[in-house]
Amino acid sequence: MNSTKPLSLPRYRWPGGVRTGVWFLLVALLCLPFADLDVSSLDPWREIGRMLQGVISPQLMDPVLVTEALLATLAFAFAGVALAVICGFLLALMFHNLLVRAICALIRSIHELFWALIFLQFFGLHPLTGLLAIAVPYCGIFARMYAEIFDQVATQPEKALPVGSGFFSALLYTRLPQAWPHLVSYTSYRLECGIRSSAILGFVGLPTLGYYLESSFSQGYYSEVAGLMILFYLLIATKKLWLRRWTLPLFLLGSPFFMGSGMPIIWGNVGRFFSQDIIPAPLRSGDASLHSLVDWAGTIVMDQALPGVWNTLLLSQIALVVTGLFALLFFPLINRYCFDTVGRIPGHIFLVVARSTPEYLLAYILLQLLGPSMLPAVIALAIHNGALIGYLTGRNSNEIRLRPDAPERRTDRYFYELLPRSYPAFLSFMLYRWEVIMRETAILGILGIQTIGFFVDSAIQEIRFDVALLLILIAAMMNILVDLLARRIQLHP
Amino acid sequence: MLRILIRGLFLMLLAGAVNAAPVFVFTAIPDQDETQLKQRFQKVADYLQQELKTEVRFIPVKSYAASITAFRNNQVQLAWFGGLSGVQARELVPGSRAVAQGVEDPEFKSFFIANTSTGISPSDHLPESLRGLTFTFGSKGSTSGRLMPEYNLREQFGIGPDELFSRVGFSGNHSRTIALVESGAYQVGALNYKVWETAVAEGKVDTSKVQVIWETPTYPDYQWSVRGDLDAVYGDGFTARLEKALLEMNDPELLNSFPRSGFIPASNDDFEPVRKVARQVGLLD
Repeated sequence: MNSTKPLSLPRYRWPGGVRTGVWFLLVALLCLPFADLDVSSLDPWREIGRMLQGVISPQLMDPVLVTEALLATLAFAFAGVALAVICGFLLALMFHNLLVRAICALIRSIHELFWALIFLQFFGLHPLTGLLAIAVPYCGIFARMYAEIFDQVATQPEKALPVGSGFFSALLYTRLPQAWPHLVSYTSYRLECGIRSSAILGFVGLPTLGYYLESSFSQGYYSEVAGLMILFYLLIATKKLWLRRWTLPLFLLGSPFFMGSGMPIIWGNVGRFFSQDIIPAPLRSGDASLHSLVDWAGTIVMDQALPGVWNTLLLSQIALVVTGLFALLFFPLINRYCFDTVGRIPGHIFLVVARSTPEYLLAYILLQLLGPSMLPAVIALAIHNGALIGYLTGRNSNEIRLRPDAPERRTDRYFYELLPRSYPAFLSFMLYRWEVIMRETAILGILGIQTIGFFVDSAIQEIRFDVALLLILIAAMMNILVDLLARRIQLHP
Repeated sequence: MLRILIRGLFLMLLAGAVNAAPVFVFTAIPDQDETQLKQRFQKVADYLQQELKTEVRFIPVKSYAASITAFRNNQVQLAWFGGLSGVQARELVPGSRAVAQGVEDPEFKSFFIANTSTGISPSDHLPESLRGLTFTFGSKGSTSGRLMPEYNLREQFGIGPDELFSRVGFSGNHSRTIALVESGAYQVGALNYKVWETAVAEGKVDTSKVQVIWETPTYPDYQWSVRGDLDAVYGDGFTARLEKALLEMNDPELLNSFPRSGFIPASNDDFEPVRKVARQVGLLD
């Protein structure tokens, strides 16, 4: 009964990861014709020249002010992250609850600058504004990551516990010890993000580094900017030296005292914000009807949300692909099969500087140089995120063991060995980063690029907080959708 | 760690409560270079402190909206607003009043400036050749850098700036508008005429690269606005003394830093034209 099977050539199928990458590439190429990528500045070189002059002649402004700003930057970061760690940890324990998961998804999908703009409306320039602007979104992030870490620990030890051991014993004796190193390393990474976020909060008026960066920048005092930036890089690069187990309590205890005093809080303002300011305008006025509410929302969606969402999508998809290309270009710089120990030093320095510079700040600088369009935003997002993913991919690629017959030439080794074997890890970093890039893209609107942040900022400038909140929620929904999509692709590439 | 944090929060709130002792705080819209603003308003703070015999503090903010919010939230009691921000702020704070304005403010105007590479020359109307160029306002909430220029553009061309120009931006403040049009990042811009004149007088503008091409009709602009509840906090007659002090600012150095030749009384009604225009343009409900 056995007949010979007709001989058929196996059909070649592209690995799923490669197909995913190609899809993203195609989408970005489709976006290109619609995106505004002009260099509109007539003479960018003059400004670049002035900036370079500033870089080679860095200057410290008033040392007292700078020290205060640095301390405030650290204070907001430490206190904000600490509060987020506590709340995030507690929420992580309840993460199986759908409501908790939804709340966490919502609060982390709203960017810390948006949170700051919201808190500013009723707390004003009070330390609480900065503290909560970091703590609230980070709490949502911690809850999710901690929950994922807890899910990955082995369950056998828990089963070995005596019958009747409670939830807390199980947590304390089995899950926590196993998860601990991962929790610590993730929290430490987040602290670095917190320092960056804290610095950026200065752009809306809190007394951190960004406050002085914005002032000096907008007035063209590039030497002062260079001085501040160098301090900031040193602060981040030396984190391992000053952040020790025994210094941590000092920072935490000290942080409440270095946030500046700001203006007093008046609690009546908080009530007013929630009971009046954010209530849609038609509901506040006399003729509250479903019709007027639909009209109101319809106008906002058509005139502001849709163009904002469209531009945010265009920009973030292009930025995502350029980020990926940059990361693939950058990661060999720190790969041990490409460069020797000394040769990797410049690469490491470049990647530290690029990933420590917040994209908001980079975009701000590039906008001054290249003029207003999406181009500076794409470059800024790609440099910062490309350096970050390049660093992660590079670290990952150092664990690869070359096959004995691996090519000798560096380019061959990269294309035939390192690239294919690093690609799955790279893709998964990128998918994680997708949502972050989208969130940052929205925020860059505050700088004048017409993503959804631009319309949020306009609404706030027009003292229309109902509109601002609606737009912020729309931006949040976008981020949540992208996050869901990214995880789906992650599971079934 | 929780206890530390709670203690920290408590201390912060306590610090807030202690600060609530009546220090008189004022702010101003960040309409031009911050260094200049800080110098100017520090002088004003010193002067007011001397006149009012109470501690006076100036708080700089980063946006027009932030100054309005601070005024509304009673975190500042006095503010140097533009025409539009004043109208917005007083609408939100019942009982608040415009009390003083610069001698020049009832007849304020905006300049339209253009990069010389556009070839547009000064004239007595907005030229047709503006169509399709790139254009920058100042801050989104500015009267002289946004509201009035937008109003005049709409009057002249019958369409909004988004349709008229190939690209519309917001530089953030008047000083940046000059810098951006001078560098060519934008071809045309509109700004506060006082900031332009001061910058030119101080030699900060390369007039071979950027020049004034049109000036708007006049309108009322900047003013000092106070909240209505000052006397209850700072004692009877405080508002009257404050008004008097503002009107009597006559130190030439102080006036020059604004720059205004003096201060005259103002009332809410003086800014009715601004409110009308803001409604028409859609910046006010």
